[in-house]
Amino acid sequence: MDREAHQMTNEADKPFAFRTRGLTKVYGEGNAAVHALRGVDLEIPSGEIVVLLGPSGSGKSTLLNIIGGLDRATDGDVHFQDLCLSDLPDDKLTLYRRNHVGFVFQFYNLMPSLTARENVELVTEIADHPLAPEDALALVGLAERADHFPAQLSGGEQQRVAIARAIAKQPTVLFCDEPTGALDSKTGKVVLKVLRDINEQLGATVLIVTHAASTAAMADRVIHFADGRIREVVENETKRDPDEIEW
Amino acid sequence: MTPLDRKLARDLWRIKGQAIAIAMVIATGVTLLVMMAGVVNSLQETRRVYYERNRLGDVFAPVKRAPSHVIRKLAALPGVSAAEGRITGSALISLPSLDLPLRAIAISLPDTGAPRLNAIHLTDGRRMDPKDADEIILLNSFARAHDLKPGDTLSATMNGARRTLTIVGLAQSPEYLYSVAPGEMISDDSRFGVIWMSRTALAAAFDMQGAFNEAILSIGRSNNLQATLDRVDRILSPYGGLGAYGLKDLTSNRFVTEEIEGMRSSARVVPPLFLAVAAFLLNIVISRMVEAEREQIGLIKSFGYTNGEVGLHYFKFVLIIAIGGALLGCLGGIAMGRAMMPLYLTYYKFPMLVFRLDPASFATAILTSIAAASAGGLLVLRKVFALTPAVAMRPPAPPDYSTTGRFARRLITLLDQPSRMVLRRITRQPGRMLGSLTGIACGMALSVSMISMLAGFDHTIDLTYTVMDRSDVTVTFTHPIGETVVHELESIPGVIDTEPERSVAVVFRNGVESYRGAITGLVPQPRLKRALDEKSAPITLSRQGITLSRSLASMLAIEPGTILNIDVLEGERPSLRIPVSGVAESLLGSPAYMQIASLTRLLGEPGRISSVYLRIDKNRAGAIFKALKSRPYVAGVSMKSDARAAFQKMMDTGAGSMRYVMLIIAAIITFGIVYNAARIAFAERQRDLASLRVMGFTRSEVSFVLLGELAVITLAALPIGSILGYYFTMVIARGFSTDLYQIPILFIPESYGRAALAVLAAAIFSGWIVRRDIDRADLVSALKIRE
Repeated sequence: MDREAHQMTNEADKPFAFRTRGLTKVYGEGNAAVHALRGVDLEIPSGEIVVLLGPSGSGKSTLLNIIGGLDRATDGDVHFQDLCLSDLPDDKLTLYRRNHVGFVFQFYNLMPSLTARENVELVTEIADHPLAPEDALALVGLAERADHFPAQLSGGEQQRVAIARAIAKQPTVLFCDEPTGALDSKTGKVVLKVLRDINEQLGATVLIVTHAASTAAMADRVIHFADGRIREVVENETKRDPDEIEW
Repeated sequence: MTPLDRKLARDLWRIKGQAIAIAMVIATGVTLLVMMAGVVNSLQETRRVYYERNRLGDVFAPVKRAPSHVIRKLAALPGVSAAEGRITGSALISLPSLDLPLRAIAISLPDTGAPRLNAIHLTDGRRMDPKDADEIILLNSFARAHDLKPGDTLSATMNGARRTLTIVGLAQSPEYLYSVAPGEMISDDSRFGVIWMSRTALAAAFDMQGAFNEAILSIGRSNNLQATLDRVDRILSPYGGLGAYGLKDLTSNRFVTEEIEGMRSSARVVPPLFLAVAAFLLNIVISRMVEAEREQIGLIKSFGYTNGEVGLHYFKFVLIIAIGGALLGCLGGIAMGRAMMPLYLTYYKFPMLVFRLDPASFATAILTSIAAASAGGLLVLRKVFALTPAVAMRPPAPPDYSTTGRFARRLITLLDQPSRMVLRRITRQPGRMLGSLTGIACGMALSVSMISMLAGFDHTIDLTYTVMDRSDVTVTFTHPIGETVVHELESIPGVIDTEPERSVAVVFRNGVESYRGAITGLVPQPRLKRALDEKSAPITLSRQGITLSRSLASMLAIEPGTILNIDVLEGERPSLRIPVSGVAESLLGSPAYMQIASLTRLLGEPGRISSVYLRIDKNRAGAIFKALKSRPYVAGVSMKSDARAAFQKMMDTGAGSMRYVMLIIAAIITFGIVYNAARIAFAERQRDLASLRVMGFTRSEVSFVLLGELAVITLAALPIGSILGYYFTMVIARGFSTDLYQIPILFIPESYGRAALAVLAAAIFSGWIVRRDIDRADLVSALKIRE
């Protein structure tokens, strides 16, 4: 594992979005302690689509939460570009999320009391150089549905709103936790296509956590996770179009 | 409008039922506060304006007979801005429709022009013609009580002479806002009258030509009252001065002050208590509402919103409910204050109304509501903020039900599944349950205290008029007379029992404390009029000492065994030093008792009595009254039943009437608390309940899980509410008690039973509403709810 990470550093000529060293996360204490991450060393180059693959409970969501600034590691370091996230106080971590990070969650996590447009505005409101909410919704093909409430949208549409919300701030990195987990294959493909387009059009680094191995085909890089550790990192020679992915 | 604000608006709309329920509880507490403060302020202000407009004097100086020129000397005293000499005298009015003669006071008005001080407010008719000695103006309230109008005549005995007087006008006077016959406690419009006559006519009736027997002075506010009183006494003493006193000792003013003070003190105690209970509820509800938002808070934070921004968002949420409730309460308080004021106006006989709100009450109300609401919300927010967004966004870990104690485990094997769920939830989330329980207990306590209060008022009346005073009739004499009169009254057919009394007006002094009151001399073993100890057992009066009522002893800050200085205001006006021998329980007035023989001996008038209590055969009342009416030394005859009715009326229309409003508000708050507790429990468990339904539990079984919890909490709250209720009663009874009457702190099981029934009824009704919601719940959508 160490060898692989090292390899990556040497091989890559792109700047790194993230670099972690000995990242550990333990939930609970004593007998009830759960080791979600057991010392993860990882480097992720900027502008790539990276898929974190692994069974549920393997620690991939935990990793995503920590490098996304949603959670703190028990031990080890995380760097975002030159910024050391592990040392940041809460308010700086908040700024990091505000200025750089977009999130897409498995269960969309839209505010039920806000329309699609307003859900996006929630983010554009506080971002420095946001897209217009309408443009963000147009990117995910939902310009027409801007004034609908989550309850009036299908699951796929809700997930696309969530993506629009995440990309509207023009994030440096986009984190997607099981973005297609609650969707059927057809809608899932639409969502993945949107993620690829974002990566291509905005140049954002996209991190997708999933346990659907087929998603890996669209990634620049696939990180296999098991039991709180990185098992393998695979670089795709040829990325496939989401349409060609076998579901 | 920012998206967060829109979320706020829509979230508020979504929970509008609950938000309104919370706001209403706050609103009722605030209503009471604002209303009571407004009423107190308005009464005070109305009184001030009325006194000022009618130039009510600051100093009253009764005197036997002083030549008219003396008034100039009084007017020239330092600080005195005006002085008026007038003639007053007692009169007995006979009305054809009544067996009993009625007591009245006759007061002179200048022949021409208005008096410099103590002007009257003419409501009907005209001023009298100074050339016609038989023309009078009558006190409006007395006239109305007897249906007398200008143009009518009445027969009056003044200074022993009986004459027929013609009513030409009706008037109100700031001096007689509260008209009470000398020696009595309670104002009764129908039993005490005031007659105004021209000075010439009254001087003729009382042989007061070229003289006056009462001086009234007005002094600037900054002037030392006591110094002026002393100077006035020195000037009038050669003419038989009877002791000058200030406005605060004017009977009418004293009673009005007492009532306003009583209302003020209950306004200080009761609404804050109600508001505190409402605030507590708000605190619980808000904290649980914010807790339920935990995942959304995590989500908003994941976007990069700061704790401050998220905090502000929820603070606004809380603020809208709290301020909404408080504002609603302010409006309600103003409206209710306005509605109540006219009732008080009639009661106090103010000719006009100055409605003045108390701005401080608004501030208190709004600030308390905000503080309570934000404390509840922000405490929870702090807890949520301590979590990382990742953790906050996950539903909270299920509470640990594994560590149920051994006893509970035993018990649990005896229960079916739903009962176990109820029991486990209660035992495993004690904080939450305790919150609901305390809330309901507070509601119950409010109800207990208000019901006890009603009983307390009844008890005061009962104790005073049944246990202490067992007579039927009190006969008061024009002046103290020999006690042989007792035998004379005894011989009237139908009189069953008699008992003499000597009452004398005095000023009690103990150090800096003083009180203008009276000593009541009673026979050693009274049967009809008794002094009672705290167990309502008759007290045997000591031969030497004086027994003070508890309220008087506390006003004078004196304890048994100490010597009390007493300035007698009648006869030879001796100054006495008498040891306090005991304290008596009295719920009405602030009496002081001595043995009649000791008292009359100290006064230098042995054997002279001022009134007699009678027990009579009620079938022969008419004949007895007729016999009494014919006796020239009889100044007044009062029926205990009339006095009791007057007292009841006073409590129902004066400060005491507020207790009915409070009872209603207590009921609303109690209901609000129980309902909110049920609603929150439902909201928190909606998902679980839907899951149970999906698993195949019936509606009743599912309802049982929720309502069982409510039932257990409600039942557990009853005993705690009872204990709390006792203390609430204590606080409120103190608030209601005045110098005029005391409300005892009673433990009446019935009050507790009724309050418990009210809480149960509220719980059943709330349960029924929630049950309807459970039945209606759409299973699938309920399971989808993620908040």
